[in-house]
Amino acid sequence: MTIIIESDEPASDVPTRRITFTVNGQRKAAEVEPRLLLSHLIRRGLGLTGTHMGCDTTNCGACTVLVDNTAVKSCTMLAVQADGHEISTVEGLATPSELHPLQEGFKEEHGLQCGFCTPGMMMAAKALLDANPDPSEEDIRWALSGNLCRCTGYQNIVKSVLWAAAKLRGEAS
Amino acid sequence: MTDSKLDEIKIGGLGASRKRVEDNRFIRGKGNYTDDITLPGMLHMEILRSPLAHARIKSIDTSRAWEIPGVHLVLTGEMMATRNLAWMPTLSYDTQAVLATDKVRFQGQEVACVVADDPYIAKDACEAIDVEYEPLPAIVNPVQSVAPDAPIIRDDKQGQTSNVIYDWQVGDEKGTSEAFARADVISKIELHYPRSHPSPIECCGSIADYNRATEKLTVYMTTQAPHIIRAAVALVAELPEHMIRIISPDIGGGFGNKVPVYPGYVASILASILLERPVKWIEDKSGNLISTGFARDVYLKGEMALRHDGKILAVRMRTDADHGAFFSDAQPSKFKLGLIHSAFAAYDVPVAHLTARGYYTNKAPGGVAYRCSFRVTEAMFFQERMMQAAATDLGMDQAEFRRMNFVQDDDFPHRTPLGFLTDSGQYGKCLDVGLKAINYEQFREQQAEAKKKGRLLGLGISTMTEPLGAGNSREYDILGIKMFDSAELKVHMTGKAIVRTGARGQGQGHETTWAQIVAHELGIPADDIVVEEGDTDTAPFGMGTYASRSTPVAGAAIAMVCRKIKAKARKLAAHLLEVSEEDVEWELGRFYIRSAPDRGVTIQECAMAAYSNMPDGMEPGLENTAYYDPPNLTWPFAVYIVTVEVDPETGVWDVLNMVAVDDCGVRINPMIVEGQIMGGLTEAYAMSSMQFITFDADGNCVGSNYMDYLLPTAWETPGFELHSEVVTPCPHHPIGAKGIGECAAVGGPAAFVNAVMDAIGDPRVRNIDMPLLPDRVWDAIKYRRDISGAPPVKGD
Repeated sequence: MTIIIESDEPASDVPTRRITFTVNGQRKAAEVEPRLLLSHLIRRGLGLTGTHMGCDTTNCGACTVLVDNTAVKSCTMLAVQADGHEISTVEGLATPSELHPLQEGFKEEHGLQCGFCTPGMMMAAKALLDANPDPSEEDIRWALSGNLCRCTGYQNIVKSVLWAAAKLRGEAS
Repeated sequence: MTDSKLDEIKIGGLGASRKRVEDNRFIRGKGNYTDDITLPGMLHMEILRSPLAHARIKSIDTSRAWEIPGVHLVLTGEMMATRNLAWMPTLSYDTQAVLATDKVRFQGQEVACVVADDPYIAKDACEAIDVEYEPLPAIVNPVQSVAPDAPIIRDDKQGQTSNVIYDWQVGDEKGTSEAFARADVISKIELHYPRSHPSPIECCGSIADYNRATEKLTVYMTTQAPHIIRAAVALVAELPEHMIRIISPDIGGGFGNKVPVYPGYVASILASILLERPVKWIEDKSGNLISTGFARDVYLKGEMALRHDGKILAVRMRTDADHGAFFSDAQPSKFKLGLIHSAFAAYDVPVAHLTARGYYTNKAPGGVAYRCSFRVTEAMFFQERMMQAAATDLGMDQAEFRRMNFVQDDDFPHRTPLGFLTDSGQYGKCLDVGLKAINYEQFREQQAEAKKKGRLLGLGISTMTEPLGAGNSREYDILGIKMFDSAELKVHMTGKAIVRTGARGQGQGHETTWAQIVAHELGIPADDIVVEEGDTDTAPFGMGTYASRSTPVAGAAIAMVCRKIKAKARKLAAHLLEVSEEDVEWELGRFYIRSAPDRGVTIQECAMAAYSNMPDGMEPGLENTAYYDPPNLTWPFAVYIVTVEVDPETGVWDVLNMVAVDDCGVRINPMIVEGQIMGGLTEAYAMSSMQFITFDADGNCVGSNYMDYLLPTAWETPGFELHSEVVTPCPHHPIGAKGIGECAAVGGPAAFVNAVMDAIGDPRVRNIDMPLLPDRVWDAIKYRRDISGAPPVKGD
């Protein structure tokens, strides 16, 4: 972020650090304040607003992204800790021509209403499916238990992930 | 009908489980929520909140904050007062502090704001503001609020000599007393419906953008009711209404939390006017939980007069509502405690009386319709807890007691003893479906068997009927503005269309279902229709989306505007077919000549003619607007039945099965309706089991973040079995639909509580207040007594 200081005082009392990282396959570099949260780097620095912020305390999971393929709540990770790592966000799920099966599954099974928790839900689900391509309903409920949804009651979210898992395994839906 | 008639389901009409249009952007992370918007030159605002629940402000020193590089503005109540903005009117004819001047009256109250280049700088600067407080005793419940030595919380109001806000009553007091005198059995219950916070995942926020050159104020805002906000801003900020544009972008959940006007909105507007730059304010979660729209917090006490055979003779109710420091309930203004008097509407109660009192306390203002139609949740919860207690006192079966007192199918419209007119329903049939689904008789046998082995199984029944879709405008208004709604439809020359309404969805799927109503009425495929809401410069005036009013009111307006369009299209069809209008028949999507059904024109051909080949003298175009003032509220009905097992050693209870039978009339999109019901059931489970936000004796909010305010995850939330067999179309709604978004959250909590009480099955335990935390259940079992959840009084 660029901060313009509109006064005579030197801006040097705001320390920054240079980091390099990969986001959705693209290499990036940034000068960041050490206290900057990763979620803010993603949202405001990179303009990837699909990663949402809900609670600031690592409870709601709306800000879930993958860091080196592990689901991480980006509101409780500092941007400097992402130095040298690979970040995946919801914007990287689809290819230009094709949706990820999780995205299709959420639409097919009505796994979202207001849509605010959805990107975090899908990223947490992606981490699950990468590790376990054939999860049970219980596996899914446990894997998503760090993500809150106030609209759906979760039943359709579970169905959405099952739908995606079946498609990823090549089974007809 | 001809062979050319369209298949309504195929074109995405009424009854189609059409996949949602809005999902296409949400699943790609391309939603556009308020915090996603960045404007050129935008600054960021943060709010400094009071750490104390009740204190006099001795001084505020902002000098250190002003010195921090990157700070543009520090706002205090004193500065707001110079512009007459330190206080604002609420939606319930009270006033609320925007930024505190004299006193702080609840923990989390807004004291000052900082506007800076970056939210981090603004937060730093908030911490550099020195406020000196003189603490005052905090009042945390109605009992304390009327104690003889209680300080007057609202000493800012002239003539306010106590902490009582209102004392309101409805019904027939004398008749009720007479009925009680005749009763064989009088059954009583007393309980507290605890405070709850709707807590959408997205917090509140706004971006105010005042343009000095055009004098136009544009505000992007997390609001469920943009037109009400426009009116409020016009009144509060004294700006001309046509120079105010409120845009409600995608909303990350509302549940009533995003109806009121919040101080942050007003402060960001003033900051933008003063700085002539866009100012963004996005609340953090603690700010949202401790300062915005609480719900419930009502003490409910009542009794029921009964005949030995189970017939209800009368009901008497008394409510004491804790409104917090400002009476800012978002509700029809005529009513003091919303539609609390809808209690017992589904039962044939000859006479009733209700007294409602409201109190100021040192808690955040509340009273929002959290997934309910204005206090109906409290009404239905009390009703079903009372029904359970009465059946138990009579020694009657829970299901049969309800059935024998239901309003009968042929007794509609039915006038309730507290003044409503219910429209339609098949209550007994819904109960039958529910009992069959839960295997009622078999479960009772299992329960008895289990009891012999020391296992506690229980079954809870709850029914609800909810007055949804305010107005009519005779009785329902907000600050005098009548509660109707509107729709505008523009059919383009190629037969594609745009529909706009005064509602504003927050996940209900309006972009999908509104198009389905148009498809049903006009035969234009739903995919050819775009839906737009939330921009006051383009949408027709409407009262917004809350209290399940969108389908009953705005949805009805859509059907009505379609009928206006169809009337004009009929004239165009007659012109194109060269016959008189009387000879033209309609079938979905097409007009044809009655005597020659093969000769017809489609609605799309009529649309083209409206722009290219209209008859002489006809006004061109195919556009119209309809304002719909409903003749009555819509009255859906539901039966919810839960079975649970309670562990007597720990007080932990698990849901075994939950069955929901909802009769919401005609379902526009069954998939979306079921989604709404499951969401509501989950909130019902949340309120009854874990969602707990209370206050300690000093007025500190306990539950001010998601580490303490527990919301159920996928792991805790039980599965639900939904039933849609019973359909009673609404007799006065143009497409027979009733509201549905909130029914399950309204009727659900009592089912869970009744089930746990049934499992405990001890006559000495009449009530455990929600949430039924394991320690409360354990205490009740162990000590065989009621468990109150009312906030503690100092010295307890």
